[in-house]
Order: sequence, then structure tokens, then C-alpha cells
Amino acid sequence: MTDQLSRVFAALADPTRRDIVARLSAGDATVNELAAPYDVSVQAVSKHLKVLSDAGLVSRSKDAQRRPCHLEAEVFDLMTKWIERYRRQAEERFSRLDAVLAAMDDKPNRAQGAAS
Amino acid sequence: MTASTKNTTTVEADPNLPTIKLVREFDAPRERVHRAWTDPELVPRWLGPHGTTIELLTWDTRTGGSYRYSATDCDGNKVYFFGSFHEIRADRLVQTFTFEGYPDGVSLDTLTLEELDGGRTRATILSLVENLQTRDMILASGMAKGVTEGYEKLDQLL
Repeated sequence: MTDQLSRVFAALADPTRRDIVARLSAGDATVNELAAPYDVSVQAVSKHLKVLSDAGLVSRSKDAQRRPCHLEAEVFDLMTKWIERYRRQAEERFSRLDAVLAAMDDKPNRAQGAAS
Repeated sequence: MTASTKNTTTVEADPNLPTIKLVREFDAPRERVHRAWTDPELVPRWLGPHGTTIELLTWDTRTGGSYRYSATDCDGNKVYFFGSFHEIRADRLVQTFTFEGYPDGVSLDTLTLEELDGGRTRATILSLVENLQTRDMILASGMAKGVTEGYEKLDQLL
């Protein structure tokens, strides 16, 4: 699991690979189609796809002649889950802050004195 | 405390920038929110992950001041955080943030406090880290908790 997470992080840290993922989210595409908008070789795009595939983010059909690349949405959904989890943790913190704010009086804080 | 609106936290993670933006509104005037964010008596009551005890060791909330605190979880594990208060203003609080278990990592956190109608306040926290991979690790660390030891300590960054 550590390895998989590391590979997902590494895979998505690269702007070209993020772009490939964004384009695959609109639908399957071949390596040539994916390479077309970039100023790099098909081989370079293949390397990026290998990284995405090792991370479990992208799969390639074995049978079809075109061998289109396919985005593994459930792995990509992890990002959404991470963000939601992070959001909930922040929300917990801010709910505690709500309680602190509700319990405060309006006296100026002695400890801070004339700061700022 | 009458019919208070439900304040919810939003998170934005820009796909191209190593940032995390948190936005949250509070049913309290700006001065009070600012005080809750800076007063050493009040900060430990809400800061830190659920179930941890925060102890402020240094807490000098002045422009150019510094801070260091410990967080102890329910199993007694203690970790430390430190940073500098780059600028403290009524509407803005800029600080650096480092987890001592990951000393090369530093987040630049800018808190903006915006006055809203009805004595309410909108807080926006923009955190900037070194690269997208670090940002994603911070976002994912809550998820990784209990799954992998490697990322467990990063959970404290939250």
C-alpha cells in the first residue's frame, strides 16, 4: 500500500501526466492521440503512461488493435476521497473553534496587550 | 447563537500549484476570531487533530515572532511543530509551519480574515508547500493513517 500511494503521488506530481489523466477522464485514447498535442515523442508519452499504469491509474486494453488507454476512475477517486477526508478534519478543528468563539467575551486580551 | 447558519469548510487543491486553500465562515466578529487564533489561552482548545493535547512552548504572536508547540495523542505519542510569525495584522496572519519529524518541509500559511455582514467573519487559509508531491502527501496523510507507518507521521501535519 505504501508503494502504491508513493507511485500515485509520484505519477500525479508531473504536469504532463496530470494533463494525460485529465484528458483520459473525458474518454479512452490511444498513445498516438495522447502524444499529438505535446512537443515530445510518442516514446516519451509511452514512458509517462508506463508510470501512470504502474500506479494503477491507467490501464491498456490487451486485445484491441488500437490498445486504447483507459483511466481507472476508482483509483483516481482516491484524490477526491483524500480531499474530503482532509476537509472533514479541518471542519472538526473549526467546529471546536466555533465553540471557543461562542464562549469568549468581548474583553480585549490582556496577554496580547497593544500588539499590532 | 440564534438560528446560526451552518458554516461549512471548503477545500481547494489547485491541480497545478502546490497549495491548499481552506475557507470557513464564523459567527463571530473579526477581532474575536483573530484573538481565538492568537491568544495562548484559547489556541490549545481548538488547534490540532481530534484527541490530541496541544502545549504551547513558545508563542510570540508578533510580526517577526516565533512559536513552537507539542501535540500529544491519546497513546502518549508527542510530536513538535514550530515556525515564525512573518506578519500579524488585524486582517492577515502569515506564518511558516514545520513538523519537526519532517524538518525539510515548510508550509507558508496565510490566514486572511474578512469582515462580513452581521458580525460574521470569513477565514481563508492558503498553505503553500515546496511541490505538488508534498501537497498531495499532506492531503492524503489522513487517508493513509493506520495503513502505512511511512505516512502516519505526516498525518500530524494536518
